[in-house]
Amino acid sequence: MGFIHPYERPNSYIGRTLPRSRAKRAVAGRGRYTDDITPPRTVHAAFVRSPYAHAKILNIDTMAAKASDGVKLVMTGAELAEMCTAPWVGTLTVFDNMKAEPQYPMAVDRACWHGEPIVMIVAETRAQAEDAGELIQIAYEELPVVIRKEKAVLPDSPVIHPNLGDNIAWVKTLGSGDVDKAFAEADHVLEETFEFGRHTAVSLESRVVLCEYDPGTERLVIHTSSQCPHMIETVFARTLGIAEHNVRIVAPDVGGSFGLKIHTFGDEVAATAASMKLGRPVKFVADRLESFVSDIHARENRVKAKIGLMNDGTLIAAEIDDLSGVGAYSQYPRTSVFEANQILNITFGPYKHANYRAKATVVYLNAVPTSQYRAVGHPIGISVGEFMMDWAADVTGLDPFDIRRKNIMEDDSYPRNIGSGIPMKDLSHQACLEKLHGLMNYADLRTEQAELRKKGIYRGIGIASFIKGTAPSPVGYYGAGGARIAAQDATTVKLEPSGGVIVALGVTDQGQGVDTVMEQIAAAAIGCKIEMVRAISGDTDATPYGGGTYASRATAIGGEATYQAALDLRREILHMAGILLQTDAENLDIVDGNVVDFGSSEARIPLSEIGRIGHFQLGELPNDYQPVLSHTRRYRLQDSPYIYTNGIHGAHIEVDVDTGWIKHLKHWVVEDCGRIINPQLADEQIRGGCVQGLGGALYEHCIYDDYGQLQNGTMADYITPMAYEMPDIEVGHVETPTSESELGAKGAGESGTGAAPGVMMNAVNDAVKPLTRGRVKEQPITPEVVLKALGKI
Amino acid sequence: MSEEMVTVNMTVNGENVTKTIPVRQHLVDFIRTELGFTGSHLGCEHGICGACSVRVDGDVVRGCLMLAAQAEGAEVVTIEGLSDTGEIADLQDNFVERNALQCGFCTPGMLITAAELLAQKTEQSREDIREFMSGNYCRCTGYHAIVDAIEKTNNDRLKA
Repeated sequence: MGFIHPYERPNSYIGRTLPRSRAKRAVAGRGRYTDDITPPRTVHAAFVRSPYAHAKILNIDTMAAKASDGVKLVMTGAELAEMCTAPWVGTLTVFDNMKAEPQYPMAVDRACWHGEPIVMIVAETRAQAEDAGELIQIAYEELPVVIRKEKAVLPDSPVIHPNLGDNIAWVKTLGSGDVDKAFAEADHVLEETFEFGRHTAVSLESRVVLCEYDPGTERLVIHTSSQCPHMIETVFARTLGIAEHNVRIVAPDVGGSFGLKIHTFGDEVAATAASMKLGRPVKFVADRLESFVSDIHARENRVKAKIGLMNDGTLIAAEIDDLSGVGAYSQYPRTSVFEANQILNITFGPYKHANYRAKATVVYLNAVPTSQYRAVGHPIGISVGEFMMDWAADVTGLDPFDIRRKNIMEDDSYPRNIGSGIPMKDLSHQACLEKLHGLMNYADLRTEQAELRKKGIYRGIGIASFIKGTAPSPVGYYGAGGARIAAQDATTVKLEPSGGVIVALGVTDQGQGVDTVMEQIAAAAIGCKIEMVRAISGDTDATPYGGGTYASRATAIGGEATYQAALDLRREILHMAGILLQTDAENLDIVDGNVVDFGSSEARIPLSEIGRIGHFQLGELPNDYQPVLSHTRRYRLQDSPYIYTNGIHGAHIEVDVDTGWIKHLKHWVVEDCGRIINPQLADEQIRGGCVQGLGGALYEHCIYDDYGQLQNGTMADYITPMAYEMPDIEVGHVETPTSESELGAKGAGESGTGAAPGVMMNAVNDAVKPLTRGRVKEQPITPEVVLKALGKI
Repeated sequence: MSEEMVTVNMTVNGENVTKTIPVRQHLVDFIRTELGFTGSHLGCEHGICGACSVRVDGDVVRGCLMLAAQAEGAEVVTIEGLSDTGEIADLQDNFVERNALQCGFCTPGMLITAAELLAQKTEQSREDIREFMSGNYCRCTGYHAIVDAIEKTNNDRLKA
């Protein structure tokens, strides 16, 4: 008898496409999002936000607003600050010498960005709250605005937060080898500067909270559209001085999140405070206009890059210098410097060069705070690195595939460190590259491209290799960094009297299919039908404490916790069955929900009997055995800072050289997310992620004028990808299970987003190459940017 | 300023409703808050995202750009009504089968819009489907799976 890994059994649920039960509900319009829940006596919050990017608040007159129809409460930032235990300070101890200004949930005496909340109004309806908001008179004194990162960094710039001395939040350098010596020895040294526009998540469901404080029990219940309910519980409880165990956070259906909803926002704290003050449910739904000026933004980087290259195409050295423009404050509790940090970590990450030097300078601006948005830092680092590799190919006369074949880390070369010092293992760059080459029919595409060019049709073919950090460990930024954000995660797997199995998850589901994936893992590990398994997530009263879903961690971290907890339950079931059947548990197995003799499919005792006896008929069991039938396991990475994944994108596009319009014809991704639990769900993560990355590459841009006014904060003006502009996306996988866990799953959620901008930039440059020496080196790659590269404007 | 009210009559998902509501209330706020049909969603209240799409007298409209009072006497159908009649059961099944939704927030609007395309009963290329659906924003799927599900439904219906 032996143990067969659940994923190695025939017809295992691990590795099988299954539909999501949540999907069946959503297509009938029966999804239950936070704004769909309205308890009796609910009142509604609206906010007056700063019209200025930087202004002193001289006076706030709320008298008329308080007298307005339906108004229950008007609260200023100063009044809210008195309800808070302490202001937020968005630093982590792992970021040496990082500076951050303390921040209260609403501006107290000074507004530091266009859109910062100043006054909250709570009324019987949202419309009444907004009406009253218009009656609030605020006297401001405008202050100098710092909105361009290139100026903010200069010594003569006005300083946003005088206590910090200057606008610099953080400077970091890292590297390895002797970069200067390598540049001196290189046959070619190439240098370029890139610009990346600021963008934002635009989850279709905006941020929303429904806060219910019960003064009797002193319990606070918040329904919220969040990825990280336990983190929200911790932060809100500590900010408002409530016992953490008295707080319950429920994330029902969440209408898109993408990193936006791993953060905490001042207006949400304000709504919670209002509920405590009024003893009534308070709902706050960010409308789309306020989403643009209050949701976290991301990116906004200028990166200088330099590489040293030998004539044969060998990359021997790389250097980058990043300037990141973040917002007015460092976003609490994760900070606003992660993006820069990740750029340093991963740029040129797929390659073998031994010499790497990277620097980031992060500066505050009078703009919406930036923080973590899907694939943090990766779109920028990958765009820069892959642009330089394509340029290197041109200079050395190599094909883009060949220069990567020459320089990528070999599949049999792990474990090893990359230039940034980060350890890598279980990667498959070579296998992914060759698979992509086949999927694209690369040679045929090149032939067709040459033919079409003769007819004045300019098509571009791009590729971009990448590494992606997923599933961070507690020795890295969280935990060790001081933030109370769990990098471990936990699952409880319980056998019910019916023989059904409840799987309670610390990780959460925003539509990726986390619940279904965990049900698959548990069913496979226990040996029961998936119909007998139900996942519970998104409720801190019902689930073990965990980090939630961020950084592509749900399946990689939560999946292993589920796997181990389910195996524990399986062992107990076999133990109990052994007692009942008077046989050694070693001789038994569980198949389709029945305990069987190992190797047989004949049922000896069904799980429903185990459940019945284990809960009701305990007299049938010996006195020295008290059944538990509920097993919790936690899992964390131990030695590695992340589970790194890898892959490669391909893009085929056509550029209209008269208008600069880019038509995306076809996109390919081959990636390695380790063991795949549900192939369809994995593919759809990649596809959705790609389009999100393509949005940033082609259209999306939060444009600020010199006064710090966001110029395009509506969905009509901020352009997102729609169906017509986007291509079909073919997805392939190489499966190298991570050696970090028994299940072997790595993260998959961000691999589309990370490299899509880079592959698009390379494809555009490939398309225009016959016409110009100019290159596109900024994003979003609008038609104007293309025409400039073509020298037409 | 006290709220100006108006009494409206209309048919929603086959049932007559009469309500006295603020004149400024738009159709989807009315449907969601007064009638409890929360399947229609608000994504932008600006006519861009399509999450609030509902059927009014047979046409798909942006429910956020129409006042409830303008629907006086109209026949309004939301995703709940469309589900109950079984008119798009095949499309819904294909959305689930193909995982043509993730968070599901855009899905009611997608389905109502797609139902209008399917009602044309003509062959549609993937490009046609993409163009027809280009007024509905989805941040999760990247659209590929949505196109697949609509294409399959249309092809199956044409074959039937």
